[in-house]
Amino acid sequence: MTAHQSPRATPQSLVEQGLAASISDDCVVIVRDATSANLRWANNTLTTNGVMHGLHVSVVSFVRGPGGTGTGTVSSTATTQAQVTELVRAADAAARAADPAEDAAELVRDRVSPDWSDPAEPTDIHTYDVLAPALGEVFGRARSQQRVLYGFVNHEVTTTYLGSSTGLRLRHVQPTGHYGCTGKDAALSQSAWVGGATRDFTDVDALAMDDVVAQRLAWGARGRHDLPAGRYDTILPPSSVADLMISAYWASGGRVAHDGQSFYSVRGGGTRIGERIVAPGVHLFSDPAQPGLECAPFLTAASSSNDASVFDNGLELGRTDWIRDGELRALTQTRHSAGLSGQPVTPYVDNLVLDVEGATGSVDDLVAGTERGLLLTCLWYIREVDPQTMLLTGLTRDGVYLVEHGEVVGLVNNFRFNESPVDLLTRFSHASASVPSFSREWGDDYFSRTATPALRVPDFRMSSVSQAM
Amino acid sequence: MSGTRVDPSFLALPHRHLGEVALARAGELGATHADFRFERVRYQHLAARDGVLQAADDTQDIGFAVRVVHHGAWGFASGVVLTPQEARSVAARAVAVAEVAATMTSTPVELAPEPTYDDVTWVSDYEIDPLEVPTAEKAAVIVDWTRRLREHPGVEHASGFVLAVRENKYYADLHGTRTTQQRVRMQPGFEAMGTGAGGFDSMASIAAAVGRGWEYVVGGSPGAAWDWDAEIAEVPGLLAEKLAAPSVEAGRYDLVIHPSNLWLTIHESIGHATELDRALGYEANYAGTSFATYDQLGSLRYGSSVMNVTGDRTTAHGLASVGYDDEGVQAQSWDIVSDGVLVGYQLDRSMAAMKPELAGPDRPSGRSNGCAYADSPGHVPIQRMANVSLQPDPDGPSTEDLVSRVERGLYVVGDRSWSIDMQRFNFQFTGQRFHRIVDGELAGQVRDVAYQATTTDFWGSLEAVGGPQTWMLGGAFNCGKAQPGQVASVSHGCPTSLFRDVRILNTTEEAGH
Repeated sequence: MTAHQSPRATPQSLVEQGLAASISDDCVVIVRDATSANLRWANNTLTTNGVMHGLHVSVVSFVRGPGGTGTGTVSSTATTQAQVTELVRAADAAARAADPAEDAAELVRDRVSPDWSDPAEPTDIHTYDVLAPALGEVFGRARSQQRVLYGFVNHEVTTTYLGSSTGLRLRHVQPTGHYGCTGKDAALSQSAWVGGATRDFTDVDALAMDDVVAQRLAWGARGRHDLPAGRYDTILPPSSVADLMISAYWASGGRVAHDGQSFYSVRGGGTRIGERIVAPGVHLFSDPAQPGLECAPFLTAASSSNDASVFDNGLELGRTDWIRDGELRALTQTRHSAGLSGQPVTPYVDNLVLDVEGATGSVDDLVAGTERGLLLTCLWYIREVDPQTMLLTGLTRDGVYLVEHGEVVGLVNNFRFNESPVDLLTRFSHASASVPSFSREWGDDYFSRTATPALRVPDFRMSSVSQAM
Repeated sequence: MSGTRVDPSFLALPHRHLGEVALARAGELGATHADFRFERVRYQHLAARDGVLQAADDTQDIGFAVRVVHHGAWGFASGVVLTPQEARSVAARAVAVAEVAATMTSTPVELAPEPTYDDVTWVSDYEIDPLEVPTAEKAAVIVDWTRRLREHPGVEHASGFVLAVRENKYYADLHGTRTTQQRVRMQPGFEAMGTGAGGFDSMASIAAAVGRGWEYVVGGSPGAAWDWDAEIAEVPGLLAEKLAAPSVEAGRYDLVIHPSNLWLTIHESIGHATELDRALGYEANYAGTSFATYDQLGSLRYGSSVMNVTGDRTTAHGLASVGYDDEGVQAQSWDIVSDGVLVGYQLDRSMAAMKPELAGPDRPSGRSNGCAYADSPGHVPIQRMANVSLQPDPDGPSTEDLVSRVERGLYVVGDRSWSIDMQRFNFQFTGQRFHRIVDGELAGQVRDVAYQATTTDFWGSLEAVGGPQTWMLGGAFNCGKAQPGQVASVSHGCPTSLFRDVRILNTTEEAGH
């Protein structure tokens, strides 16, 4: 196969080859060069690891006809110009055969990133040159102190190149890293977890990570309190708030809301934009330029759906207030759905910030101010039960602690909860300052760029007890 | 196995040469074990809404991976440039990663032995490769589904989709095994949405994801196709009934559960709980561990005495069915729960080496039961789920007979929402529809229902399983596990089954509304 033996092409040359080869009316080519390196451990020893490289090309062809514009998308791993040419032929053919697209719009034109010509930025196993030996030390320390550690670190750098026949040449480099460590006591009778996001691992200290795990296990060793299901004054740390807010964000599709089929709908059709849906002073927004949470400032879409449109490729993304001062201000919109609902175009952005006006301090301050309540560590297996009420179910995990008179006094059993994240934003009694956070449930694979406060909710619904430890 | 051949365009790729180069390089560098996977996975996704095609996307992953054991530690690397130079380089990277890993590896990696398979080929059982069917033909089908659903006045919106996958995989290792495989799978579906006095709701198809081809939609040999026309005709009426149904009264009910719902409960509460890597702590930081710990093998009362569960990688049309797994182990079937007692686990080669007694006295070094799988050429094989299925009673009752035994209960059909804790104790599931059972007869739907239980309580309340005539194979494309995250497809067969005294929640009350 000669095509697979050609010299390696640059991402930019793959884009140009694709655009030149297309015989459709318009064409968009998206190239993603991704490298990653990871380490995984369990039972105080490394288990798996790896370094990966992927080069993925998506070609979207647009063919205008008397009834409208048809589109076709074909994506593949591709490293040679010949492979890209094959993709273009398939995408062009698919577009010619397609019915007119309902989301058809003029393509975005003539924007060029100043760093377009730069090569893709990689990562490799040397990201862990400092962390790896420290992890080895941590494993030994855990063994000697009767702890069992399980964890994972991952670093990935994706360089995206977006080119179009209408003059787009956009490039973005997105480094994504995260760490997580679960610790258990020697009897496996309790768990603790610590985790977070990073960009380059220079700020991740394996020994400090283990210190936090050890501290939480020590909290648990102060005594176990078996509590029944019910409503509790509950402190949700930023990681748990991130878990819940991501679910609320993912449910915010403008088209589905306009069609009357989401929490954000008015009964019978139309959206609740303009309605106060949570407490005053609550702000939920996305911003590609948010310090520490930077993400792609332009839109890429290889496929159309209720929430995305291939015609919107290259749209500039900016700060979007989803909720401002408690009022629903925007839903995720394509240009097509925005047209249907008469709302501004507010596409999905890859970060999310929840901010409560005037909130200061940390989760420790919320603990100090609590007479009796629960302190959660993180949530797990969160699923939507009812889209109409945005009811979510899920479980506490790896550390629920009893707080009395402002102090953590011991370990509590796990619970299943049934709650709506937007209801929580109405009912909370206290909030801390927003800080970079990391969703235990969604951060690893989908959404790691969040900043959220800790929240104290006086009547958090624990639906039943979980025996899991 | 069908008579279908491996796609010649896959066979024309340079997989064999790259494999020999990579394995040779790993051997030169001192690896004591090395395996090579070359994969091409093609996906097609079509989506329609209200009579309009929304998306038609073709995606393909091609690449290769080298995994080694070196200095007692794993090393893994993958690449996408299909040249001999890159194969050598990726093999060297895998060895280099193992050298880094060795400093943190206190338990040397061991693999249970497996016979060598000298250049064997396996193709899954399907009739029409869905990726060879013209896209326009498939699109027309799902567009037509949504159009026909919208013709009913109570259906405000309708969506339809098809996911089709063809997976080609070549495996080679330093011990001489060479396997070439091709698998096809399909997941079509639709959903109708409407509004009633209680708000909006939906009713979706209960058709399962299957290891079949396009014959699942258009028909082929007897039994190959789902009856889409009948379901499309039925769903608008079921939706209207659901929208007008009363909200359930929370409490305890007997449940007759149809396979279209029970498969998912099996997946979560048995399938994942009996993965040995979880039971031994190797998923503790992510997907979790298991209440079914190894010390309870042979003694854990998992459920009632009518509960018999098998693990099977050979099930016809199963989504987890293979000829050989991603460590070169031949597919097998075995018992997991017998007469209600835990008797087996799912294994890969490293798990099998840790617990060799699971293979019996004739295999003192153990043997994997073939549960290693990687979802792409960029991921390391991990222990994944076999087709885990609940066996029917050979002389068991029909669904109607089971319903007739219930005085006050619910008949549960179709899956919807699911959640279970990290040790697989506490779960909560909803469904597509819940029919009231009053004095042994169906008496209309109720809505806002979820059932919640602890795994062993739930399976302990299993009073009866239906006969083979009620048995169906359900399944999913999207089972998530591991770090980095991977997805796998898996099937679960089960009969309609009767459970006594299960907790039912009213989800509207749970939401505080």
